[in-house]
Amino acid sequence: MDTSWFVVLSAFIFCIGAAGVMTRRSPLVVLLCLELMLNAGNLALIAFSRMLGNQDGQVFALIVMVVAACEVVIGLGIIVAMFRRRLPIDVDEMSELRG
Amino acid sequence: MIFEQILFFGAGLGAIAGALGVVLLRNPFYSVLALVTHLVALAVLFLLLQAAFIAAAQVVVYAGAVMVLYVFVVAYVGGSDEPLRPIEGGAVAAFGPLFALAVFVEISIAVLGSSLDALGSRGAEVSAGFGSPAEIGRLLLTKFLLPFEAASFLLLIAAVGAVVLARKRKGLEESSAQDAREPGVHGGAPRVDEPRPDAHGTPRVGKPRPEPSG
Repeated sequence: MDTSWFVVLSAFIFCIGAAGVMTRRSPLVVLLCLELMLNAGNLALIAFSRMLGNQDGQVFALIVMVVAACEVVIGLGIIVAMFRRRLPIDVDEMSELRG
Repeated sequence: MIFEQILFFGAGLGAIAGALGVVLLRNPFYSVLALVTHLVALAVLFLLLQAAFIAAAQVVVYAGAVMVLYVFVVAYVGGSDEPLRPIEGGAVAAFGPLFALAVFVEISIAVLGSSLDALGSRGAEVSAGFGSPAEIGRLLLTKFLLPFEAASFLLLIAAVGAVVLARKRKGLEESSAQDAREPGVHGGAPRVDEPRPDAHGTPRVGKPRPEPSG
């Protein structure tokens, strides 16, 4: 398969994720859509790594996965803390950082 | 060659279907399951791109570990169906898909109209060990040693941060004990109407109070 197929597929997945981040209200689903966007970036990185025959892009994708895991852990911790404090689990109503 | 194309279109359609499921399904639990489908399909695409180690890490780390964390949190918070957006938010709700479509068209034009000749080819010739765990591990311990160590520190900081964020605070123990007694009452959206004392003893209300002027 040509590299352009993979890159266009990655752009499509990224845009689905971006639309989800802007339309969904539950912070859990917003985090899931962020995962979609990060994975689309990973797909583009690995496609270009294959195109150039250079493995640096794959190492970069691995680091992106580490950063995504950290982001998930912190985001889910914040959501659990919000739930414990009986705050609404809704991004429209959670517009400030003060608990 | 035809086998490769079948694999690409099958996995690509699976990835797109999973992504659409994440965005369109109302129940967060089903969204998580759709994301698992998406991640497994992406792992197949990574295998097509000669990235065996990344594909394995994708399945083990993402679909295995991170998604289990999501499932636990959805079960804890309560995977209630999200209420539909009110009518007056219609213009805002239509903005998201329109923006995404514009970005997609823009990226596609940028990629397909670029002067990168290699985009239309299958890529460079690679050796048999390309993307194998041995090669990636050698790169991580020689050329990318500093990012590797920085990533380990980042994971450590995230783990400590998660414990600090999610631990029980003193002022909240009473309400947590009440949670344990009546789990069904607060299953869906948490109640916000009754004031509760927080760690500093001040009453807490769900809606933000107007700040005193001055």
